Amino acid sequence: MGSNLFAATGLNRRNQRVQGLFHTLFGLMTLLLITPVLLILGMLLYKGGGMLSMDFLLTYPKDGMTAGGLLPALVGTIWLVSVALLVSVPIGVAAAIYLSEYAPNNWFTRIINLAIINLAGVPSIVHALFGVGAFVIFFGFGTSILAASLTLAIMTLPVVIVATRESLQAVPFAFREACWNMGATRWQTIRRVVLPNAVSGILTGIILEVSRTTGETAPVMFTGAVFFTPFLPQSVFDQTMAMSLHLFVVTTQVPGVPGELPFGVALVLIGMVLVMNSLSIAFRMYLRSRKKW
Amino acid sequence: MTVQAGARSAAADFDRRNADWYIDKLVQTLVFIGGISAIVFVLGIFVFVTKEGIGFIIDTIDFKEFFTSPYWEPSDEDAPEYGILALVAGTASVTGLAMVVAIPFSLGAAIFIGEFAGGKTREVLKVLVELLAAIPSVVWGFIGLTIMNPLIIEWFHVPVGLNVLNAGIILGLMAAPIMTSISEDALKAVPDRYREAAEAMGATRWQVIFKVVLPAAKNGLLGAVLLGVARGFGETMAVLMATGHSVNIPHSLFDSVRALTATIAAELGETAQGSDHYQALFTIGIFLFLITFLINLSADLIVRGIRKG
Amino acid sequence: MVAPAEISLEIGAESEATLAPVKLSVEDLKISYGNTLALEGVSLQIRENEIFGIIGPANAGKTSFLKAINRMDLFTSGMKVEGEIRFNDRDIRRLNNVYALRRRIGVVFPLPVGLPMTVYDNVALAPRLRGIKSKRELDIIVERCLMRAALWDEVKDRLDALGSLLSGGQQQRLTIARALSQEPELLVLDEFSIAVDPVTTMRIEDVLKELRREMTIILVTNLVQQARRLADRTAFFLEGRCVEIGGTEDLFTGTVQDQQTHDYIEGRFG
Repeated sequence: MGSNLFAATGLNRRNQRVQGLFHTLFGLMTLLLITPVLLILGMLLYKGGGMLSMDFLLTYPKDGMTAGGLLPALVGTIWLVSVALLVSVPIGVAAAIYLSEYAPNNWFTRIINLAIINLAGVPSIVHALFGVGAFVIFFGFGTSILAASLTLAIMTLPVVIVATRESLQAVPFAFREACWNMGATRWQTIRRVVLPNAVSGILTGIILEVSRTTGETAPVMFTGAVFFTPFLPQSVFDQTMAMSLHLFVVTTQVPGVPGELPFGVALVLIGMVLVMNSLSIAFRMYLRSRKKW
Repeated sequence: MTVQAGARSAAADFDRRNADWYIDKLVQTLVFIGGISAIVFVLGIFVFVTKEGIGFIIDTIDFKEFFTSPYWEPSDEDAPEYGILALVAGTASVTGLAMVVAIPFSLGAAIFIGEFAGGKTREVLKVLVELLAAIPSVVWGFIGLTIMNPLIIEWFHVPVGLNVLNAGIILGLMAAPIMTSISEDALKAVPDRYREAAEAMGATRWQVIFKVVLPAAKNGLLGAVLLGVARGFGETMAVLMATGHSVNIPHSLFDSVRALTATIAAELGETAQGSDHYQALFTIGIFLFLITFLINLSADLIVRGIRKG
Repeated sequence: MVAPAEISLEIGAESEATLAPVKLSVEDLKISYGNTLALEGVSLQIRENEIFGIIGPANAGKTSFLKAINRMDLFTSGMKVEGEIRFNDRDIRRLNNVYALRRRIGVVFPLPVGLPMTVYDNVALAPRLRGIKSKRELDIIVERCLMRAALWDEVKDRLDALGSLLSGGQQQRLTIARALSQEPELLVLDEFSIAVDPVTTMRIEDVLKELRREMTIILVTNLVQQARRLADRTAFFLEGRCVEIGGTEDLFTGTVQDQQTHDYIEGRFG
């Protein structure tokens, strides 16, 4: 008569133990997934940190690229990313506006969405082949920043479209309806109410795109980036070096490279990428805190 | 203004199309062009890659040899062979190992982040997963070459550290973040009332997850796996740098292999435009395009229901 | 300005000479969404400067009716409108510039919508779309509309507050101010008092009585007494049909033709 109705039974206790077990197990799995990032960064910092200096960033490679700096690769990457942005952002934002504000809910829109997903899934080397076939050869741009950037732009287009579309759709429908009822055209509504409230989301997507584009190697390898050139690019028709390709080159194509050099290059590259990604994430969090409705 | 005058000016207005009207129409056209751009580009990729490789397909290819021969020797002057079987085996083995590594870990992480972790922890973990996804392919290849390579040689006492094991682990780490993220979405899409009903019947957390949530989310989880596979098939630089350069069908994890993507990347620079070798490489490109197209299509059809709902 | 229309209170006994011109006329209107019929066989005429009430239970087709009037059916996928609708004696199905029509019709929804811009910009939006740029003019319009919407006192010192962050009742009055800023010929209020407290409702009702001198007003309401207070004539919508229209006094003093109307007014359903 004195037993406590709510005392834990043997079954309860076993369940609790199993529960705790799984909690730990999954937690460990998550940790194992995450630690590589930290380990990699740590290793890169340790082995490549010594290479970091203003000289490293601002001088040219020398001695057959076994020494010296990264300048042409850095500048080249900036060129590539900028031109790619110039092309992909207008097209991507336009596509997203179409999908979010105009597209009817029919099979054709579905095909567009499918095309975006597939464009995002095409292997990077196939993008390179496309770039060679289309821009280098067919349009006659030759291996140039233009060909490489266009290839990159098409490759990263889905990123811009998806980020923009999501930020547009985050603006409540009621705002649009209110404007339409007042006699505003679709564009007037978009320009005055929808876009201004989506710009921040779009920027987040753009930063993300920059980060992706910086790290890509295969699409630029045959379309405009070269192993070495002693000149900085002067126009979009020039060839150029690129940070991503440079890492590949000093790691695999150059004999006699001192151990720290590739680590230094990798460190700078991953530093650029991670900084931009973190910017994008931080920006997103800041936006979420500044609610406007 | 009298009512009559007002009515008259209103009538005039109803027929007058002003600048705003025309601008709206113009914008409608422009964004539509942007909208179809994705379709245009996907088709364009297929067209231009096929254009460069079509010569091989029409003239030279022996389909049986192409798909069943493990001998890829395009530069042999007397009797070039274009068999991609070994290359496919290379891609498949590396991708397979990557999935063996990635599936349990990404699923475990998705469960932990979605069902066990709370507020702040969850945010931090999600950020870390996102940063993991941001690491460029060439950096992963670099890690395979300079860090994993010596490690494997030392730990397993094998002569060469660039092999299926190396690339498989790296590819697993590369595919895991996106698989985690999609699995998370799939788990989140399972309505709370399923969980609540199970808990009301006395099930513990883990019972709820294994017996209720996971089965309900299996479509989305399958989609996540498919996307991971697609990623593995399409990955270029990392496998190029970490698999070694042997064209052969692997018999153990420690064998060096060559993947389809890496083959193109490694050899394209040395071919003459329009040559058989050149066109054969483009043909591999067509093959890759079609396979990843199919995988992505199926993955999307499966996942679409989850992300939209 | 034409003197307020003398609207006959007796159904059927109308004197053409003293009637105001027809602002909006609807003939055999039929609205459907795919296979679902929302409204059928509705014919009515709304005269200038009258307050026309529409009462009826939910899903009677009132909101569909409003959508058809300013051609918002074009923005609603699957909505099909048949029949004739004339505004200022122009067939609105055949306009070159449909935006001009919407500019002349101000709509207030049941749910308040404060646009995510300053209060000032909220009310200045419609004038700016009309092309008014001068700050002085805009200032005047903003103040006038906010005063009429019974909101000026509360926001006059913080016109730069975000419209979307105001309280529900304030947002509703902001919506009314926005509608007024269009200087509309026809003002449509769809159950405006849902989100507004009774005192403010009274204030707005007083404003509406003043406004009818300048514009025509359609008042959709679920508050039967509100229709009685304000409307000159009232239509009773039920299940997609317009059951009856009558001078408001008639409807409420029992001289109705239809038993359903009587039941609804008595509160027996809806």
